Amino acid sequence: MDEESLLLSLELASGSGQGLSPDRRASLLTSLMLVKRDYRFDRVLFWGRILGLVADYYIAQGLSEDQLAPRKTLYRWRRRPGWLRPQDDTEEPGASEGQEGVGASLNCMEWSLLPPATEEMEMQTSVVKGRFMGDPSHAYEHTELQKVNEGEKVFEEEVVVQIKEETRLVSIIDQIDKAVAVIPRGALFKTPFGPIRVNRTFEGLSSSEAKKLSSYFHFREPVELKNKTLLEKADLDPSLDFMDSLEHDIPKGSWSIQMERGNTLVVLRSLLWPGLTFYHAPRTKNYGYIYVGTGEKNIDLPFML
Amino acid sequence: MEDSTPLKQKIQHQELGETGRPWEEMVTASQDPEPALSEASESEQGPETGPQPRSSPPGILQSGASTPVDDLVGPGVSSPPSPSQEPSSTPSPLAPAVQDLMAPWQSDKTTSVISEAGTPHFDHLELSSDNGESTPHQTCQSEGNTFHQSQQTKCHLYGPRDVSYNNSKRKELRFDIFQEEDSNSNYDLDQPESGASEVAPSMLEIAIQNAKAYLLKSSSKSGLNLYDHLSEMLTKVLDKRPENAVDIIENVSQDVKMEHFSIKLDTLQNENEMLPAYEIAEKQKALFLQGNLEGADQEMEDEIAEHSLPNVMESAFYFEQAGVGLGTDETYRIFLALKQLTDTHPIQKCRFWGKILGLEMNYIVAEVEFREGEDEEEVEEEDEPEERDNGDNEANEDELPRSFYKAPQSIPKEESRTGANKYVYFVCNEPGRPWVKLPGVTPAQIVIARKIKKFFTGRLDTPIVSYPPFPGNESNYLRAQIARISAGTQVSPLGFYHFGEEEGEEEEETEGRRDSFEENPDFEGIQVIDLVESLSNWVHHVQHILPQGRCNWFNPIQKSEEEEEEEEEEREEPDYIEQEVGPPLLTPISEDLEIQNIPPWTTRLSSNLIPQYAIAVLRSNLWTGAYAFSNGKKFENFYIGWGHKYSPDSYTPPVPPPVYQEYPSGPEITEMDDPSVEEEQAFRAAQEAAVNSTEENEETEEDEDEEDDYD
Repeated sequence: MDEESLLLSLELASGSGQGLSPDRRASLLTSLMLVKRDYRFDRVLFWGRILGLVADYYIAQGLSEDQLAPRKTLYRWRRRPGWLRPQDDTEEPGASEGQEGVGASLNCMEWSLLPPATEEMEMQTSVVKGRFMGDPSHAYEHTELQKVNEGEKVFEEEVVVQIKEETRLVSIIDQIDKAVAVIPRGALFKTPFGPIRVNRTFEGLSSSEAKKLSSYFHFREPVELKNKTLLEKADLDPSLDFMDSLEHDIPKGSWSIQMERGNTLVVLRSLLWPGLTFYHAPRTKNYGYIYVGTGEKNIDLPFML
Repeated sequence: MEDSTPLKQKIQHQELGETGRPWEEMVTASQDPEPALSEASESEQGPETGPQPRSSPPGILQSGASTPVDDLVGPGVSSPPSPSQEPSSTPSPLAPAVQDLMAPWQSDKTTSVISEAGTPHFDHLELSSDNGESTPHQTCQSEGNTFHQSQQTKCHLYGPRDVSYNNSKRKELRFDIFQEEDSNSNYDLDQPESGASEVAPSMLEIAIQNAKAYLLKSSSKSGLNLYDHLSEMLTKVLDKRPENAVDIIENVSQDVKMEHFSIKLDTLQNENEMLPAYEIAEKQKALFLQGNLEGADQEMEDEIAEHSLPNVMESAFYFEQAGVGLGTDETYRIFLALKQLTDTHPIQKCRFWGKILGLEMNYIVAEVEFREGEDEEEVEEEDEPEERDNGDNEANEDELPRSFYKAPQSIPKEESRTGANKYVYFVCNEPGRPWVKLPGVTPAQIVIARKIKKFFTGRLDTPIVSYPPFPGNESNYLRAQIARISAGTQVSPLGFYHFGEEEGEEEEETEGRRDSFEENPDFEGIQVIDLVESLSNWVHHVQHILPQGRCNWFNPIQKSEEEEEEEEEEREEPDYIEQEVGPPLLTPISEDLEIQNIPPWTTRLSSNLIPQYAIAVLRSNLWTGAYAFSNGKKFENFYIGWGHKYSPDSYTPPVPPPVYQEYPSGPEITEMDDPSVEEEQAFRAAQEAAVNSTEENEETEEDEDEEDDYD
């Protein structure tokens, strides 16, 4: 959710139950403002909260002018009283301004930048299951059988691979973004030269459009778009329909779309990553998404539907 | 007149539709048998209206006045004041004609004229018509659709009418038409020739105007007129310039017509869009108004009401410190909805349990305890234990073999107010909607709910399709999950509750358990820090549910022992089932099992910055979404989530049970390999050997006997 409309957004997303406590809210407002200035982001989004066993992570994302460029992620987490202060994990922000970032913070006000996600990270963290600990330097141990060549013999050794929780955090955030970050149709538009801008004339979806899954897009580079037939593409507006729509998600029914408060608020909840809530008030410019959850994918989804 | 005009209009239209020609003939008839018709018409109108135009029907067709035309068309287009009201100075040409038209319906004479087909009528007219005028009629008739003729005054009048009434089934008359015509032509039947001579020079103009006038006639069915329609069509075609326009012209025409409809639908849709929002606002407004309705009575009940209604706002405030909550407005509405619940039901204690999310709608759950003795009786369906005989009792040999399957005896559900059914739960989808009571939970439902994992849809009557099949629909599943969540996550600070006065016997019988607890009046509160640091300061105050599905152990053997004494041999169940034991009430939560090295609870202070006023927040890791807070003295539990247990492993559905054995295996039924040849021979050899030996023995015996005998 946009940092500028944080309070209103939190109120609108409160239907899922998880929100922020007043002190957290106040500190967020101030710190996000500072982050925006320091990192020179165009927009700062409060991405959400990942609940760990010991502590929670608060995640923010910074966007640059081009909305679909890779974002920088920042995180922060609260130290528990009595804990040793872990090492600082701040990394230098990316030099180019064209990058977004995800950041995290260690104590209440400081944010740390997370490295961008790579595929290798994803492969590594796919073996880790269970909850987040809440300590970014915690290392998950995973024993793997690795083939080690010693001369002519081929051994299979059990190697204990250590995966840092920070890596896992990065890759989970990235997965969630790729899978379930949502934006309504018309909120962004594509300029002829390529960059994607916020549409200042977006007045909100109409009430009938708001109930359809096809009016919402994944907030990521399109994957399915090129697979569409020419006939379908002919109906699309190239300046607005340049992202994948939600209605072709597999499994079908992995989104729960609800109207709250009569017709005045539409809430989408993802069932694949429980905890992600997207809200939009039709006919207004208010929309946003927030993730508050344990950071685990719901693999049982097909059984549950 | 006005009452009858619509009727007449209808009749007129119908008749016009059916009989175009007769109408025309009617008109002609109106001219020809003037005296007859006029008399008839006048006689008709006599009873209908007061003043009648005394002008003769020929006067009808007199030109010169445009107003008569209006009146003429009046009955057709809109019901004007009766043409008869017009003074006789300007009798509308058509009005009397219309009246004439109507007249025939009522008169015997002319009804036959109208209702019957044209020709006889025409003949009739012909006979009665003047010779002078018959020809024009004939010419008119023959050239019904042509406009240009000499002496066309009448024909002009009739012509367009001809076409119109011949072609269209129901068309309203437009006074414009006749206005133009009348202004241009003189319809003086008495002097047809003179009228024609005046009009002749501008015949073409007249023709054009007539044509246009005809085209502008609006259809009575759709309100469109051909002129506008054609112009729209052509505009469209010229704009779009399609290929082979002439081939698709019909489609273009259809599209243009459909566009008329689509506009109307849009406005309708817009109105409907906001309706649901208004509906829910109305319902919630009712919530707000309720408080004002009851006046003096409330004071009396206030004491009780205060006792039963929880302070939801206060709890919400504390939960907000923990970052959990539904938003202040929504919570307030839920508060009011709870108040409504307590007002309408005899409730002792009430608590806002939480919110369960669903696919289409969510559930707001209230935990309620009824006042003693005022329990609403539920319709209990007793599950009869199915016991089937083993088939040996009957001596009937023709009986089909009965299955040996014995369904496990169903465990009876717990009484209300005890165990899992200690509280009654009400749910509603949104504050403002009516509260629905959930049925009690049975052990079987809990056992199966443990094995399945399904999302809630939001509608209570949705069937649950799963394996193992869930006995019930969504309301039962919801109730079972609520029971499980309550049993697993409702905690309170240590010491807040304590057991009631201890009875004399402290021995715990197999079925006796400390079920009841009550608030400890001497509770002094625990330091918040302590609550956060150590989990042993919190205790469960809801009974644990045994694997059996109940809180209190029920021994299924006990009853069956009495019934099955005769069949002890056949019984397949073990004679003794171990009693299931669960942690007793008020167990500290530090005893809770870990989930694969994850502690079952997470604690924290609500705020690090201001610890002196912070509260302790407890979050369950087993049931994601269950929270509890305490500020030392007060505490509250809350659940918000999807209603499922957490498990790091993925869900695996249970496998179906093995196929039951059809028959017990025994030596008689078991198949054995046939003995091979060698075995048979060996066997025979052995047998012979045995026989030989016996024979020898017999022989020896016989010998001995013989010997004995000899002795």
